[in-house]
Amino acid sequence: MATPIPEQDTISIPPDGRPAAEQPAWRQDFPIDWPQDEYVERRDFVKFLTLTSFAFVVGQFWIAGKQWLRRGEAPPGALRIASIADIAVGGSLVFDYPGVHDSCILVRLSDTEFVAFGQKCTHLSCAVIPKPEEGVFHCPCHEGLFDLRTGRQLAGPPPRPLPKVTLAVRDGEIFATGVAAGGA
Amino acid sequence: MKPDHLRFFIDPSRCIGCQSCVQACTECDTHRGESMIHLEFIDRAASVQTVPVVCMHCDQPTCAEVCPADAIKRTADGVVQSARKPRCIACGNCVVACPFGVPEVHEERKLMMKCDMCYDRTSIGKKPMCATVCPSQALYYGTAEEIDRLRPMSTPSNRFQFGNQVITTRVFVMWPRGPVTLAVPLDITAPLADRAGADPFAHVEL
Repeated sequence: MATPIPEQDTISIPPDGRPAAEQPAWRQDFPIDWPQDEYVERRDFVKFLTLTSFAFVVGQFWIAGKQWLRRGEAPPGALRIASIADIAVGGSLVFDYPGVHDSCILVRLSDTEFVAFGQKCTHLSCAVIPKPEEGVFHCPCHEGLFDLRTGRQLAGPPPRPLPKVTLAVRDGEIFATGVAAGGA
Repeated sequence: MKPDHLRFFIDPSRCIGCQSCVQACTECDTHRGESMIHLEFIDRAASVQTVPVVCMHCDQPTCAEVCPADAIKRTADGVVQSARKPRCIACGNCVVACPFGVPEVHEERKLMMKCDMCYDRTSIGKKPMCATVCPSQALYYGTAEEIDRLRPMSTPSNRFQFGNQVITTRVFVMWPRGPVTLAVPLDITAPLADRAGADPFAHVEL
């Protein structure tokens, strides 16, 4: 005689054994059975799409609002960076301009030529390293390259040129006078 | 082939402690080098009897009930899977809660791993590795009809009681059928000639 074996392929049973209707609501939200756990209702999916789209729209307005507020600000003042004598030809110097968190890098190309750019790579904000012998700024994170004279991106993933810091030289002192959007 | 009609049967009395199941489990590609099966001694001081412990795949999986991360799931064919890796926080609740002592927590990889009845094999109708290699077939995978034919003196059961908790499982344990007392005290250390005629199973109707 074959031993009757109960069918086991039904869904899991709560420990108290009562039917699903009498179970607390969290059992529906955190089901033990894989198919129920994977199941996404159409209503939930649409809700997700709508809310995500809404969040993106809000984000766009937030960015636009921030830009609009920034329009009224005065341009950053001049900042003394260093004396000409402090940097050798081919040498570089890191400074913060206009804010304390805006790292920039000054490079002396020749006796009279100086360039300065924001040091944050436009890809993922790694610090770029000047390589005057090769004429480039090198970003070691993802092998991004920028032109040393213009800040224009040459290779790798960076999407925009480095922001250029305008410089002025007065009485042997180098001043940063403003930030342009980028080389060209 | 839909493997619904195939069942897993454990017969502890047939286990000879050879570790074949442990070795076979270790060779699986999904958890290479680690065995998900525990070969336990029942009373190591008094006996060499061992029992292979695989996941019983409860209908009321206590491990999943206590999981705070919602990581332990049971597939539609009744197999309780290892913790889902993105969710598991390796808290060890399942290890403490499981009445059979099956789950293992790997703290260094923040993951609970347990026997999933060789889901890559059983889901396509193949036998679990341990059941294929077990020389005494203490681990048997097949239909209810087969086990009835092969083990007339045993009956499968999948109902267990732990205190007030009653658990039914997808895996079956074989119990001796009817009352089991040896009719003649058997001295297994005695010479064979002295044992002749003493049939310990004489009282059992086959």
